[in-house]
Amino acid sequence: MQTKRMTFPGSWLPYALLAPQVAVTLVFFIWPASQALRQSFLRQDIFGLRTDFVWFDNFERLLADPLYLNALKVTVIFSLGTTLLSMSLALLFAVMVNRMIRSRDAYTTLLVWPYAVAPAIAGVLWWFIFNPAIGIAPYVLAGLGHDWNHRSSGTDAMVLVIIAAAWKQISYNFLFFLAGLQSIPQSLIEAAAIDGASRTKRFWTIVFPLLSPVTFFLMVVNVVYAMFDTFGVIHATTEGGPAQATNILVYKVYRDGFVNLDLGSSAAQSVILMAIVVVLTVVQFRYIERRVNY
Amino acid sequence: MASITMENLGKVYAGGVRAVTGVNLDIADGEMIVLVGPSGCGKSTLLRMVAGLETITEGTLRIGDRVVNRLEPAERDIAMVFQNYALYPHMTVYNNLAYGLKNRRMARAEIDRRVTEAAEMLQIGAFLDRKPRQLSGGQRQRVAMGRALVREPAAFLFDEPLSNLDAKLRVQMRVEIRQLQKRLGTTSLYVTHDQLEALTLADRLVVLDGGRIEQIGTPMEVYARPATTFVAGFIGSPAMNMLPAGWLRGVVAADALAHLPAGADLIGLRPEDMSLAPASDGRLTLKARLMLLEPAGAESHLHVKFDGLDDMFVIRLPHVPNVQEGAQLAFSLAREALHPFDAKTGLRL
Repeated sequence: MQTKRMTFPGSWLPYALLAPQVAVTLVFFIWPASQALRQSFLRQDIFGLRTDFVWFDNFERLLADPLYLNALKVTVIFSLGTTLLSMSLALLFAVMVNRMIRSRDAYTTLLVWPYAVAPAIAGVLWWFIFNPAIGIAPYVLAGLGHDWNHRSSGTDAMVLVIIAAAWKQISYNFLFFLAGLQSIPQSLIEAAAIDGASRTKRFWTIVFPLLSPVTFFLMVVNVVYAMFDTFGVIHATTEGGPAQATNILVYKVYRDGFVNLDLGSSAAQSVILMAIVVVLTVVQFRYIERRVNY
Repeated sequence: MASITMENLGKVYAGGVRAVTGVNLDIADGEMIVLVGPSGCGKSTLLRMVAGLETITEGTLRIGDRVVNRLEPAERDIAMVFQNYALYPHMTVYNNLAYGLKNRRMARAEIDRRVTEAAEMLQIGAFLDRKPRQLSGGQRQRVAMGRALVREPAAFLFDEPLSNLDAKLRVQMRVEIRQLQKRLGTTSLYVTHDQLEALTLADRLVVLDGGRIEQIGTPMEVYARPATTFVAGFIGSPAMNMLPAGWLRGVVAADALAHLPAGADLIGLRPEDMSLAPASDGRLTLKARLMLLEPAGAESHLHVKFDGLDDMFVIRLPHVPNVQEGAQLAFSLAREALHPFDAKTGLRL
């Protein structure tokens, strides 16, 4: 591809044009990130009178802390659960909508709406639905013999936050899957039909493999979403409880830093989170093209 | 191996658009039938109806002695070669060929035997573990053919399989398809918009226009006696010239057109049926001014204006004549070369 090269008469104009972007990055990313990095090596005393430089002590304590390791485990379960649930439902909906002809646009619009709902609102919504006292879901579940209470059962709480977090993400995944499905040439499906493959077989041997680039991309995006963008969902439903059962890493950063005021540990946790994001981003960029199998 | 019988076959889409009307066609076992017509004439729709990819809304379709109107594509025992080849991009060539056989739960050894045999026949043995994107257009075309071959179906369906190839490769593949089809003796239905491809490949060709059959016949029958003005204009290149009979009667001897049936008001004349040789033993003479000479190596196309007509007509000579543009020339033609048509109905008389 040929790119058009533009030369500016002086040097002040290109710098001026870049300045807003640079300023935004500096103020909202570089500065807070470096603050967090600095903070993670410091420890304040209980009254905030003295600050010591403690090298990696904050990190060492964290990795030895069973509560932190528990949060790590909870995060893995939560992210995988959310990703799996939202992607499989989104794929199911996309396949069904893709078969429609006249009502396709209407359904697409309806399925995209949840994406416009803020995470906290989504959390409250599901909190009402699953409220042990007044919710409709516990009432139905009680009829089926399950005594739902996400305030006392860790499993129930985890299921609740996974549903609440996944629900929002279905819209996003759905759009990508639908676009992916529509880019598969119809003649491939027809050729497979003539080749004697049943509808199910066509899906698993032709359609699903051809969707794999989309699937992989969404997997990374969803894991990142579940790990970092679900603070509102957790905060509005379980607040990390009961007994740390839904205390994911991002929520723990907030609790330790802003509620318990252990700034050093909290900063160390966010540095670890930053490292995880970097790794996920690298994985995505490095492997997304290799996973494309045609 | 099977015959294909179409009885009054028709297709009306859900929106009420009519694509195919009243098609009656008997395809004998082992015959190569070419469906030809301009784009939008319904030829692809007809093929897809045979394949089972479009529902049949009218009439009866038989493959062998089974009525297959309501059968799934897989149950019709046909194989199809698509215009864009429709190779499975994530599978190797081997798996592309084997896919249809695996779906039919064939034994692994038998699959292997058939794939190897087809690959050898099509000279794609060296590419069996490549993916389609690593192949050239011609090789992909062969793989698409191979996928049809290994199935050993009752009939092959070809949907403009050569239209994505360059001109040279197209001629080569055309010959190969014809040889292969003759060797295997498999009933084939072939769709194309290219009249030359149709003429060279077909045992019989079917000319379609507006969803109806205009003419069925061997290539030479259709070429020598086009049944309608549409067929006359579509088959043959350059297209047949259409002269108004009134004008023609005015410029030739009074008895020269006596052999033409009454009511013939449009006279067809193939470009190659005229020559620069002087008229003798009953040949007719037409005078024309040469407007443009197109030499094409072994032959030449002369664009001329006949005296008294405004339109340009084309004359094809098997050599390049030594004449100047703007010259007044005299062409001669045999009386039998004239094709009489009724301008109103478009039918041959």
